[in-house]
Amino acid sequence: MLESLGSLVTESGFAQIITSPDGWKALVMIAISCVLLYLGIKKQYEPLLMVGIAVGCLLANVSVLGGFGNALYHQELWDEFLKEGGQHYHSYGYIMAHGGLIDILYIGVKAGIYPCLIFIGIGAMTDFGPLISNPKSLLLGAAAQFGVFFAFFGATLLGFNGNEAASIGIIGGADGPTAILTTTKLAPHLLGPIAVAAYSYMALIPMIQPPLMRALTTEKERSVKMEQLREVSKTEKILFPIVVTIFIVLLLPSTAPLIGCLMFGNLLKETGVTERLSDVAQNALMNIVTLFLGISVGATMVGSNFLNLQTIYIVVLGLIAFSFSTVGGLLVGKLMYKLSGGKINPLIGSAGVSAVPMAARVSQREGQKANPSNFLLMHAMGPNVAGVIGSAIAAGFLMSMFH
Amino acid sequence: MTETASIAVKGEMLDVGTALLDGGLGYLVVFIGLILLMCVVIVVGKIMVSKSAAKKTAAAPAAAAPAPAAPAAPAKKAALAPGSAGEVKIYDTDPRDAAMIIDIVADKLQKPLNELRFVSIKEVK
Repeated sequence: MLESLGSLVTESGFAQIITSPDGWKALVMIAISCVLLYLGIKKQYEPLLMVGIAVGCLLANVSVLGGFGNALYHQELWDEFLKEGGQHYHSYGYIMAHGGLIDILYIGVKAGIYPCLIFIGIGAMTDFGPLISNPKSLLLGAAAQFGVFFAFFGATLLGFNGNEAASIGIIGGADGPTAILTTTKLAPHLLGPIAVAAYSYMALIPMIQPPLMRALTTEKERSVKMEQLREVSKTEKILFPIVVTIFIVLLLPSTAPLIGCLMFGNLLKETGVTERLSDVAQNALMNIVTLFLGISVGATMVGSNFLNLQTIYIVVLGLIAFSFSTVGGLLVGKLMYKLSGGKINPLIGSAGVSAVPMAARVSQREGQKANPSNFLLMHAMGPNVAGVIGSAIAAGFLMSMFH
Repeated sequence: MTETASIAVKGEMLDVGTALLDGGLGYLVVFIGLILLMCVVIVVGKIMVSKSAAKKTAAAPAAAAPAPAAPAAPAKKAALAPGSAGEVKIYDTDPRDAAMIIDIVADKLQKPLNELRFVSIKEVK
């Protein structure tokens, strides 16, 4: 009886915190997951994903203290899975046979399924009308990828290898699923910190962008009222996803998973004959995949992998990537303002970072502060959705270079 | 970078020159890709606009055929506003009152105006 009680005590997670060499790390991660929960619930920073990530992190670190057999997520299994030349290298069967709930859910991340399914949902929710009516927006979407390559360069200077630097740089695309897919393919061991940095900064866009917008533009530029966009026909909206898929995927085949799924979702929305599928993609599918993605990405934040100098570098480089993406968009916006004779408001340039529709809302708000009768939202939606395509191309380029 | 746990870290270290070149090339590829896409979208847009303009011109003579007598229908109309679903026929109603009615209906239904179509407004006597 006493023996049973004794083993119950020594096997408990509380005892493991003290006795296990990694116990203190798990404790720190539990505290971090509570902070993430606070940010998601109280501050509403991307709550749909942040809460899932926080709970995933919490479950992985709490359950691992209870011993290998009880864990929901087994870092050891995934280390074996990634060990080149090992017995279980890339063996999903091994994971299925020995894994816990989150290990099995994580297969969807590892195989690159969840980001693509999320892109179908995003496509089904996106109206490309503002981009079709003002195709020059695509230039701003391209310009706002500056941070991706700037952070990539910065990461190599800090000693990260090519694959890691590419995964860190893509945080500047301000597109969570793209960042997750790229990291899964190039540097899976960095998935936890990169996903958290990407989603945290996306949530912080209303704080990161306005100071840069005000610093780089004049009051006169910010108060420019733009002409109304032309009406886009239904046929154009149906043709757009088909044309983009054919053109971009032929140009850069590695973009096929992201661009293909994004445009498939959009086609479901625009055809008008697949309303049920569009509805599923926008709601049920998106919600289910968000749930699985959040919890399984969060579970990768195991203390032994997360608590190191790399994570701090990634957090700093992520902020640099976001800021320089905003700067790139604003500078090309200013150039377009000059070339158009003052007809284009440069504030729409900062919306070129994907983060739909948050970045466009920030442009609208800053424009309205300068001129209360200014309505930039629809004009900013063009660069905003162009940014989604731009970041997918940037990711495609990096994957083709380093995978 | 220091390796954590026993995870295999793939990828080569890049020297500064290569990293700069890769970064610059990547940014250029994104620009070229989106500039080419812009050209394609502009061409498709121009074809679609010219097609719809041709359709409108073809439909104009048909529209000039005898129309049902409409007492106070507006004489000659200007180009439709973007997003418009057509024109509203107003019978025995002041245009200002009609505009107010449209606004009230949209407000009551909690629907944006571009999702509603008003065919005619007639004063009930």
